[in-house]
Amino acid sequence: MSTTTAPVSTTTSNSRALRYLLLVAVVVGVISLVRVLTGAHEITSSGSLRAALSATVPILMAALGGLWSERAGVVNIGLEGQMLLGTWGAAFGAYHLGPYQGILLGIAFGALGGLLHALATVTFGVDHIVSGVALNVIALGLTTFLAEAFFTNLNSQYGRGGPRQLTGLQNPDVITIPGISDAALWLNDKHWFLLGDLGGLVAALTTRISVITIVAFALVALTAWVLWRTTFGLRLRSCGENPQAAESLGVNVIRHKYAAVIASGAFAGLGGAYLALVSSPGFVVNQTGGRGYIGLAAMIFGNWRPVGVLMGSGLFGYTDSLRLRDPSTVHALLLLLAIGLAALAIMRVRKGQMRGGLIIGAFAALFVLWFALTDSVPREFTSMTPYVLTLLVLAFASQRLRMPKADGQIYRKGSAG
Amino acid sequence: MNPVALVRKLGQAVLAPAIALAVALLVTSLIIMLSGSSVSDFLGVLLQAPSNRNWVNIINQASLLFLAALAASIGFRMNLFNIGVEGQYTLASYAAALVAGMALVPGKLNAVVAIIVAMVVGGIWAGIAGVLKVTRGVSEVISTIMLNAIAITMVGYLMNTYGAQYGQGRRTTPLSSDAMFAGWTPFEPRDGALWTLALLAVVAGVVVSYLINRTRFGFDLRATGMNEAAAVASGVNVKRMVVISMVLSGAIAGLIWLPALFGSAGYYGPPFQRGLGFAGIAVALLGRNRPLGIAFGAALFAWLNEQANPLGLLAGISPSSVQITQGVVVLAVVIAYEVVRRWSAAREQKALRASLDAAAAAAKANQEVSA
Repeated sequence: MSTTTAPVSTTTSNSRALRYLLLVAVVVGVISLVRVLTGAHEITSSGSLRAALSATVPILMAALGGLWSERAGVVNIGLEGQMLLGTWGAAFGAYHLGPYQGILLGIAFGALGGLLHALATVTFGVDHIVSGVALNVIALGLTTFLAEAFFTNLNSQYGRGGPRQLTGLQNPDVITIPGISDAALWLNDKHWFLLGDLGGLVAALTTRISVITIVAFALVALTAWVLWRTTFGLRLRSCGENPQAAESLGVNVIRHKYAAVIASGAFAGLGGAYLALVSSPGFVVNQTGGRGYIGLAAMIFGNWRPVGVLMGSGLFGYTDSLRLRDPSTVHALLLLLAIGLAALAIMRVRKGQMRGGLIIGAFAALFVLWFALTDSVPREFTSMTPYVLTLLVLAFASQRLRMPKADGQIYRKGSAG
Repeated sequence: MNPVALVRKLGQAVLAPAIALAVALLVTSLIIMLSGSSVSDFLGVLLQAPSNRNWVNIINQASLLFLAALAASIGFRMNLFNIGVEGQYTLASYAAALVAGMALVPGKLNAVVAIIVAMVVGGIWAGIAGVLKVTRGVSEVISTIMLNAIAITMVGYLMNTYGAQYGQGRRTTPLSSDAMFAGWTPFEPRDGALWTLALLAVVAGVVVSYLINRTRFGFDLRATGMNEAAAVASGVNVKRMVVISMVLSGAIAGLIWLPALFGSAGYYGPPFQRGLGFAGIAVALLGRNRPLGIAFGAALFAWLNEQANPLGLLAGISPSSVQITQGVVVLAVVIAYEVVRRWSAAREQKALRASLDAAAAAAKANQEVSA
């Protein structure tokens, strides 16, 4: 029996991978087509994609943090606060010690926030949401206070401070791969169908890319490996699915939850550090501006899985970066959205779900109208996109989402009886 | 109630917040000490007697915080986390200011219109989260966070598109002067006036506490919060309860900024006070979701906010230091409540076991005697 099942499962996973690959190819093709037709070459210009990349990393780190914590069954609304702690720690470290020490200090500060959350939720059994909300209040107050106390009088070659900011800090190194970068930029400038977009992507990845960006993407792979391929990861996830069963098998649930939540804070801290040292020229008070929450949204969007988290963060990072781009680019994306919705509608109709298909089709038509009748999209609408998307995904695809079974529940040692 | 139980109950109600406040001040002092500033200056400024003007500000501010916390507490009583108070009152305040600014009705009647508009808008916005929860199973925590961001961005868009340029920012059409309330001046006129609509806080507090403690609805709400399975078994329609209490919570959230709108601001714009929604959640937790507790919590937060203002000038300490105090006090108080709850649950269990053992022993002795 077992000899026959093994090959079957490989073929299904192979065909699934093929399907995904095909889907990606179609999506890229459509994007490229829309770009060529509308002439909005900014959609996949190397500049846009680089901005998207640096907007993605903080969201991605918050989302990974959320993944770690929720996989162990602890909801972490405090990501926002842990990120804030990371921004301050990174700025302080970068000024006094150097950029890499700054990143490490940011991580340490975030981890401290995680420790506090773990103490409240795991040891004292406080409701996870309550603790997270309190943590965010504390972090905002603390970083504002510390900025005023420590940054006001700083002024040297390492940075210029103020009561609410510290700018001109030294950044971590950036890497450019000489030959490839130039070739890709050249290709990107030609705006050819598909090749231009490929050039933009390669150029964004090979031109002045921060080493911390590379580390961040490596951390996604590391997370996937640790959580799904190691004993430690299996135990950690079992604490999020059924802590009583885990306990009965001899897993130290409390210790695993602590590890997960501290790691979660550390990831968020890295996200904050990235905000202060890589994607912007320095620290300002309340720098995260809700990115911790967007990270949480990206994690849910990604169905509590690393690849999903990566895609969700990329999508939200791209929309986040659009705020600063040319409004006509966003306008062209309306057409893209309409095409996507139309495809979804056709799929629904073919599956026999007439009502849902028609509703989505009507939305597609509305977007086409919007595209035809206007020539720019208000900036606010762009920044709203991640939140609306998440809400829609939650509302219409929640059957497909599967969160850890014991997520958010309070666990007490010995409750298995 | 026997005196021991009474003392224990009082201890839970008063002691836990008092300890939490002490811990919070201690932590803040420690941080201030580490940053190289003087703790005695910090405490001195916070604890100095408020001036007449300060008193007026504290009471006004407390009324807003009370409404915010009351809104959050309704959901909390049935384990429903309305994190969206912030978005609900932002949207509602904007809508109310917009409609009241149109002066559709004469004079002070505009306040009635504004109250209705604010409650409806706030209620609908919160209702979205409620409906999503019961029909699609979406966690209200996540949906209200998303709705917060959407509401705040949307109001920003509406202000940028339709608001009139005014100084550095934009504003809605100001209310006519006969629509404004002069308020009550307890001291000299220069010390400011207590807002008339701060009375909304009192009215809402009384209505909500009646609703929760004396009606079928309130009973169902509390029952659902304490033990959902038992509530369902006794015939409570939990889905209906979720939607209704979300809407109610949002409707009260809509009222939050109205006292300031009719008492001093006169329009939606730069004077709009952000962050009351999140502060309200903190106050609700501090006050254990009971109106009286919330009133104390609101007064404490308002006191800290007002007294912190001169911190920078008098002691060279950032006024945001009291935010640390406020955050820590909330975290400390929920931990304290949880510890006390576990402790008393363990004690009750022990007492129960002891009495059961005694009864069993007595029964056994009886049996032996009769045999």
